[in-house]
Amino acid sequence: MSAIYILWLRELKRYVRSRAQIVASLGQPLLYLLVLGFGLGPVFQKAGNGSYLQFVAPGVISMTILFSAIFSGIAMLWDRQFGFLKETLVAPVPRIEVMIGRTLGGATVAVIQGTLILVVCLIAGFRPAHLSLFPLAFVFMALIAIVFAALGTAFGSIVQDMQGFQLIMNFMVLPIFFLSGALFPLTDLPRPLTVITRLDPLTYGVDALRAVLINASHFGLALDVSLLCGIAVAFLSLGGYLFSRIQL
Amino acid sequence: MIQVQNLVKKFGDFTAVKDISFNVEGGEIFAFLGPNGAGKTTTIKMLTTLLNPTSGKIRLDGLDPTVEKNEARKTFGIVFQDPSLDSEQTAHENMELDAVLYKVPRKVRAERIEQLLRLFELWERRDDCVKTFSGGMKRRLEIARGFLHTPKILFLDEPTLGLDPQTRNQLWNHVKHLNETQKTTVFLTTHYMDEADRVAHRIAIIDHGGIVAQGTSQQLKEQTSSESLEQAFLALTGSSIRDESASSADQLRQVAKMWSQRR
Repeated sequence: MSAIYILWLRELKRYVRSRAQIVASLGQPLLYLLVLGFGLGPVFQKAGNGSYLQFVAPGVISMTILFSAIFSGIAMLWDRQFGFLKETLVAPVPRIEVMIGRTLGGATVAVIQGTLILVVCLIAGFRPAHLSLFPLAFVFMALIAIVFAALGTAFGSIVQDMQGFQLIMNFMVLPIFFLSGALFPLTDLPRPLTVITRLDPLTYGVDALRAVLINASHFGLALDVSLLCGIAVAFLSLGGYLFSRIQL
Repeated sequence: MIQVQNLVKKFGDFTAVKDISFNVEGGEIFAFLGPNGAGKTTTIKMLTTLLNPTSGKIRLDGLDPTVEKNEARKTFGIVFQDPSLDSEQTAHENMELDAVLYKVPRKVRAERIEQLLRLFELWERRDDCVKTFSGGMKRRLEIARGFLHTPKILFLDEPTLGLDPQTRNQLWNHVKHLNETQKTTVFLTTHYMDEADRVAHRIAIIDHGGIVAQGTSQQLKEQTSSESLEQAFLALTGSSIRDESASSADQLRQVAKMWSQRR
């Protein structure tokens, strides 16, 4: 247990100490929130869907968590290249504990990042539908963070260089974001897009957040929660398996 | 304590370690000497569970590191050839992290960390981030960290690379002390023949992935009728210079240097 704690703590320390990185990583979600939130607002309103800012805020919070969580996993690339990874891999600690410590650390950082964006959303004019459901938002943020931090660890275990990192960013992370319904409603989509969005784990995260934040859910909270929990278990197992197989 | 039989490691077509066998007795200091790219580090990686051998048998204190990985890891400590510190944390935090990972009892943790940081003259800088350290200081910290716990086997992969003579001396005294008082088995690699001559009980010379000779320093000298170990080494491995191609790690470090403004 103490190994999990000390590795979790390390991820947090690294986060707190890299202030420039904190600011930089908030830039992109802010752009989405403010430019799309206000830019597409009028069109969205005319189409009879209400406020786009209200709609997109849970999506942008999910996006922040997705990026942050996956990055923390891929940051293993640096630990691999700068050698710290092997120090933890030869330690007399089961590798699964090392993996869990890292993953939970990354997930915690992602929740903090998501919370910062949530605060920005509130300042920009976002209003949660039910204050009583508001605390539940953090539960789902944590769930999304764990799902993608585990996926990030799985990626981090197999990626060996910057090229691989680019590949994962462009062919995994960006599609996961764009196909999740974070930016558009899932109703009346063309058939292929409907199928793809339903295969995207983030879809259910965004939907769960919308359920508790703006009281608008496409699939229903029960389905979202059970799917997210299932995916979290699957990704944690995958991440744990790939991590335990790392050779240096 | 360490038994290796017919160990082979292939990377694709390239055979990095070719069918090597050796035994290291408990309480022995065993040196692995060889030119660049001879297969020293690959061997250490296989012994320390970081790399799976292609074939062959390894036993560490009777345990098979390819199967009983975690049990095997409890038997050894290691100082790596290339850096393995967390540069975003302070010297003290790096020591503490390892003390936790290596399950150094909480009671002695603080005391031992202080003692080692003082021994390697890093105590004054304990609260500075490792990224602000010079190469020599980082190296000293890695070595101090390697001595945090007292394992049965200590692997030292070119521990003195980039160290000044004072620290080098400090290091070998400490290694000898551990070996004498705790009966720690030491497996080391080095480029410096005088060091191997001074501390090692037995020496194996490895070249192109194979062991070309092993025995005491005296035996190696007699075998090649040389006056010094260095001459014996050159006689056994030839005098051509070996090149190692840059690994992806080196390439990435290059990129990191370009992007980092801190240094």
